[in-house]
Amino acid sequence: MALDKMLVIGAALFCCGLYTILTRRNAVAVLMGVELVLNAANINFVAFSHYGSRLIGGQIFAVFVIVLAAAEAAVALAIFLRLFATTGTVEVDTADHLRG
Amino acid sequence: MIRYAYLIPFLPLLSFFVNLAVGKRLPRKGDWLSLGTIGAGLVMSLVIFFEVFRIYDPNFRYHVVVPWLSLGGRFVINAGILVDNLTAVMLVVVSGVSFLVHLFSVGYMHGDPKYSRFFAYLSVFSFSMLGLVLAESFFFIYIFWELVGFSSYALIGFWFEKKSAADAGKKAFIVNRIGDFGFLIGFLLLFATTGVLGYDEVFRAIGEGKIGGTLLTLAGIGIFCGAIGKSAQFPLHVWLPDAMEGPTPVSALIHAATMVAAGVYLVGRVYPIFTPDAFLFIAYVGLLTLFITGTIAITATDIKKVLAYSTCSQLGYMILGLGVGGFTAGLAHLTTHAAFKACLFLGSGSVIHAVHSQEITEMGGLRKKMPITFVTFLIATLAISGVPFFSGFYSKDMILGAALEFGLKNPHHMILFAGALLTAGMTAFYMFRLVIRTFLGEPVDHHKFEHAHESPPNMWVPLVVLAGLSFSFWYSGWFGDLVRKPASVIPAPSAMHASAPGTVAAPSPEGRYERAVSFSLAHAGAPETPKAAPGNGSADPPAHPEGGHGTPVPPEGHGAAGGHGAGGAAPREAASHDAAHDEHLAHTAHTWAMRLSILFAGLGIGLAFVVYGFGWINPAKVASTLKPVHTFLVNKWYFDELYEATAVNGTKALSRALGWFDLNVVDGLVNLCAQLGVWFSYLTGKFDNTVVDGAVNGVADVTIGSGSFFRRFQTGKLYHYVFILAGGVLIIYLVKAF
Repeated sequence: MALDKMLVIGAALFCCGLYTILTRRNAVAVLMGVELVLNAANINFVAFSHYGSRLIGGQIFAVFVIVLAAAEAAVALAIFLRLFATTGTVEVDTADHLRG
Repeated sequence: MIRYAYLIPFLPLLSFFVNLAVGKRLPRKGDWLSLGTIGAGLVMSLVIFFEVFRIYDPNFRYHVVVPWLSLGGRFVINAGILVDNLTAVMLVVVSGVSFLVHLFSVGYMHGDPKYSRFFAYLSVFSFSMLGLVLAESFFFIYIFWELVGFSSYALIGFWFEKKSAADAGKKAFIVNRIGDFGFLIGFLLLFATTGVLGYDEVFRAIGEGKIGGTLLTLAGIGIFCGAIGKSAQFPLHVWLPDAMEGPTPVSALIHAATMVAAGVYLVGRVYPIFTPDAFLFIAYVGLLTLFITGTIAITATDIKKVLAYSTCSQLGYMILGLGVGGFTAGLAHLTTHAAFKACLFLGSGSVIHAVHSQEITEMGGLRKKMPITFVTFLIATLAISGVPFFSGFYSKDMILGAALEFGLKNPHHMILFAGALLTAGMTAFYMFRLVIRTFLGEPVDHHKFEHAHESPPNMWVPLVVLAGLSFSFWYSGWFGDLVRKPASVIPAPSAMHASAPGTVAAPSPEGRYERAVSFSLAHAGAPETPKAAPGNGSADPPAHPEGGHGTPVPPEGHGAAGGHGAGGAAPREAASHDAAHDEHLAHTAHTWAMRLSILFAGLGIGLAFVVYGFGWINPAKVASTLKPVHTFLVNKWYFDELYEATAVNGTKALSRALGWFDLNVVDGLVNLCAQLGVWFSYLTGKFDNTVVDGAVNGVADVTIGSGSFFRRFQTGKLYHYVFILAGGVLIIYLVKAF
């Protein structure tokens, strides 16, 4: 498997994630879209690291991103709980209180 | 006692302040205080007078000076008093008349609502007058001079509820101010040239020649202008008859004895500084006054107006006497006149009090109802008419003598004597007209006659005292000895002996002194006959033959005083010859003046009885025959109308013009400035509103606009942001790619 194929897979995954973010109203779904984008980035990290260098910095970075995504998910889900408690829904459109 | 003379004016001042402040709450409303202080002043004055009299020295002087105000080191204004024989006499005259007037007022003003204030005013008047008499410098005499003017204003306008009285007060004050201004100019001229203010210092400076010639003449005339105002001389005599609006005691106090005498006293006090020209001016002012006012008195029907005009006339005599060199004569007349004229005024007050009228046409026959008033009034009338053994004869005769002596020496000025003599006859005439129509004959108004009554003792006692002082034996002898003419301080001109005795009257060009010696007894027997004089008094003073050259010198006093004058530079024998000659001339003049004055007084009295007493001549018929003259006299020579037309209306027109200027030009300028300010403010306001505010609002608007523009991008929709984010990335990619 060559690098370009890996990048195409990454790009495709990114587009899926982006599409999810743009089209879904549900906050959990948006969060899932964000996870897809993060994982697309992880594929890129690993692919470049594998083909472009003898070091394993990319892989380590991918591990970090996964940890970070977990933390992010924890924080985001907590926020969604508060949002649900406040508005009775997790639609992202309703969370526009700060809008001027 | 003379050491305490300075206290005399301050006693009435004390009573003035007390009466003004708490007079109403004092027992008897404070009249006893005024009466007591002036009484104490009278006692002190009498004691001083007798001390001076016992010394009996013509040159007696008591002069104390303390530095009063130091202005910048070298220049010091002194305060002090000067008591000489003249002052001593004047002190007694002023405080005596003032005391009697106070006493009279207790009865006359009884029940007046402003009773205590009246006495306060009387007190301040006495203070000013006594201060004036005691002053020893031009500065202080001027202060008291103005104080006298103020207090007379207050007293004349005392019944200020009456418009006529208030107007009379204002008139007196303003007319006096005109004269005072001359006085101020006069003494400032002296001060500017000599730099000193005390009489003695000024006299010394003049003797040293610091001021002389025309300037000194002007200074003298300026100072005399003060006397013209205060002593009611032509042409400022108009205030005095109007001042009769004041209460009658005030008329007696101010307009008979004291205030009007202040002018005469002033002339006497600064006698040494007058130049021959100034003396001539003084003499002619006196002549005009005595003649004009004498004629007006003939037709006046108000008892007080008659007395007022006769006062003017007698003051004219005093001024004339001083002007022709009769120093003693003028001041003697001042003294005697004070007594008999105060008696006349208080007598008229008594009459007015009794019949409640001032018109002599409504009186008559009052001798039966008011015997004391009648007798005292008659005595005073005899005195003023110049009947022998009465005081007026003594003093008026001296004046006439001095005038004749002057006339003999300077035949061009014989009219001074002729006019005075004629007026002496007129005086007798109008005074007896007054007596006859008031006291003799049958009552005209029976209602008023029935109500008439004799006045209470505190009113007739002053009358009796004053009538008693109207006899000549009180004055003759010592007065002439003690009140001597002071020597002139003007340095004798070097051209003095240019005209030798014996030359004809034609004045030599360089000679200041014109001696008409050839003019002697033969002429004096039939002097420029007074019969030719009628009407002459109103004529202008005869012009000098040659401008200022023919200036006469006033005769050098009487008897021993003769040598004093300007004899210093003349050769000794010529001086002694002159002195002997002068003495002879003076003696002749006085003899003839006495005979003629008795004759004219007799004629005047006789005529009065012929016209008013026996009714042989009907005065109404005479009046209608001489209609223009009568109207002219009744209208007082149209002086008031003349002044109304010129001075008063002129001032009013000037005021109006100035008012117009003020309203239009000055106010216009101010308003223009204001308008400019308004316009400028309008413009700056506009600038502020549009430009400054516009900038501020513009900033705000731009902020708001941009804010509202950009807020549209803040939708709060997450996918919008993400979409834009993605779109932005895509655009950047496309831009970088191609």
